[in-house]
Amino acid sequence: MAAILKVEGLSKSFGGVEAVKGVSFDVHEGSIKALIGPNGAGKTTLFNLLSGQIRPDSGSILFKGIPVQGLSPHRIASLGMARTFQQINLFHGMTVLENVMVGLHLHTKTGFFSGMLNLPVSRRDDRFAKEEAMRILEDLGISELAYREATSLAYGQQRTVELARALAQKPGLLLLDEPAAGLNIKETAELGSVIKRIRDSGITVFIVEHDMSLVMKISDEIMVLSYGQKIAEGTPLEIQKNEEVVKVYLGE
Amino acid sequence: MRRSYIHILLYLALIVGVDLLTHALGKSYYLTQLTMSFYYSMVVLGLVLLMGYAGQISLGHAGFFAIGGYSTAVLSTINLMPYKEKPIIRLLESMGFLLMREDLYGARILSFNPWIGVITAVVLAGVVAYLIGIPVLKLKGHYLAMATLGFGIIVYRVVLGTPVFGEADGISDVPGFQIFPGLSINGEMDTKRMNYYIASAIVLVLLYLLMNLINSRVGRALRAIHGSEDAAEAVGIDTAGYKLRVFVLSAVIAAFAGALLTHFNGGIGPGESSVMKSVRYVAIVAAGGMASLWGGLATSMVLNFLSLRGYFGSYDDAVFGAVLILIMLFAPEGIIKIGRRQ
Repeated sequence: MAAILKVEGLSKSFGGVEAVKGVSFDVHEGSIKALIGPNGAGKTTLFNLLSGQIRPDSGSILFKGIPVQGLSPHRIASLGMARTFQQINLFHGMTVLENVMVGLHLHTKTGFFSGMLNLPVSRRDDRFAKEEAMRILEDLGISELAYREATSLAYGQQRTVELARALAQKPGLLLLDEPAAGLNIKETAELGSVIKRIRDSGITVFIVEHDMSLVMKISDEIMVLSYGQKIAEGTPLEIQKNEEVVKVYLGE
Repeated sequence: MRRSYIHILLYLALIVGVDLLTHALGKSYYLTQLTMSFYYSMVVLGLVLLMGYAGQISLGHAGFFAIGGYSTAVLSTINLMPYKEKPIIRLLESMGFLLMREDLYGARILSFNPWIGVITAVVLAGVVAYLIGIPVLKLKGHYLAMATLGFGIIVYRVVLGTPVFGEADGISDVPGFQIFPGLSINGEMDTKRMNYYIASAIVLVLLYLLMNLINSRVGRALRAIHGSEDAAEAVGIDTAGYKLRVFVLSAVIAAFAGALLTHFNGGIGPGESSVMKSVRYVAIVAAGGMASLWGGLATSMVLNFLSLRGYFGSYDDAVFGAVLILIMLFAPEGIIKIGRRQ
């Protein structure tokens, strides 16, 4: 399998703290890869480096063969990388439907001029975005929430809206930052099958997650981070048997 | 969308109603202040887009208004008679860029056609806004407020200290702006009603354009930026680019309004560029509900009209300061909630 994401020697320090230290790995196209590690291991920092929220001190990130380190987040998004946030980050003051329609930003093209004059391209974009967003909401089973204000929803529903918005981007690679946080057991199980469906539809998934049963169940490959360094990588079975991983998680 | 058409019908009814009412009451001189209020309201509408939708504050919009007003004032009052025989002037004249007229004392002067003045006003303001916005809008947060505050002060001092701009006296004897034969923006008594309708029509067209924009992909992107800049970037929105374009658009609208009001008033003074004027626009936008074009327009028309009629006396500026404080304290959502997000 080809690598859709190829990371090499990635490092980032904040002040004197090395949050990510020389991390290298691949994410294979069409797979689900999980990133696990204790709190403060640098998982979210790594995600923020990949999506361009922060710039690496050194190292390279090849996405679909294109070097993306140092590019702004919207440029990286335009290459086909989407993400969700650990702290839910929906657009307040907008409905669920509008949130997902914004996810289709890169697949529509109305500009200031055509928008002001309400030219056919603007009306076409609106219709397309609305239909497409509705389809995604139906797919995720939350279409009845379409006209509710997104930030007024229950926690689990907000997570689903974030996922819907990311899927609307039709990404090649989807980064999920702790999507099961705050979900109950039943919701987590549903999330697991949704993520598998996403992969089967051709979207590569890279996920940070604390829920081990979920990670073990859905991942094709797992990578373990501790104190900013990669300490293990392999199939769920290999990771479960890895002594160093057990040590990091259970203490000596 | 349907609801906004009802708004437009109400707007038209109100415009005609006010005209008929003032006429019936024999107070048609009110129309002059209403016309001026319309032009000030254009600035407010542009600011609603910038503040309410893109979430950026400008404390320098009076500066852009003044750039517009002074550009067209200078160009349409400059006397090119002494250079009449120069080839470049003859060329400009043959292209229709210049206009011959008589000044207040009956002397013949040759100046730029107000069309050139208005177009220059808009282009110049756009370029200046672009140059200010490029470095500032790359930063997150309220740096634009600080940069535009500095810009506004600079414009005010430059206007006040430069002979070309008439220093403290400003520029007077600015001719009317003939849009096309039979339709012109000027301060003559017999065109008072026409000017009232021209101004209200221009505001209506602006409202229509901005409403379309807000309901389009661009409007959703702007609201997304306001909602969460990080998430907006993550879905592929060029947040810096969008903020820049909205800022330039709002500055261009302000300059356009400044140019038109200058032709209507027949002049412009340095007071138009003062920082207090900028604060006034911001106060009106806040009182109108930030993200509400109709709310901003209604608030602007009422407050500007009362101010221009002198109801606030020497407390004029204080009233707008008080409005801003009261809104922030008691109604941060604005006093008028009708037509939110329309």
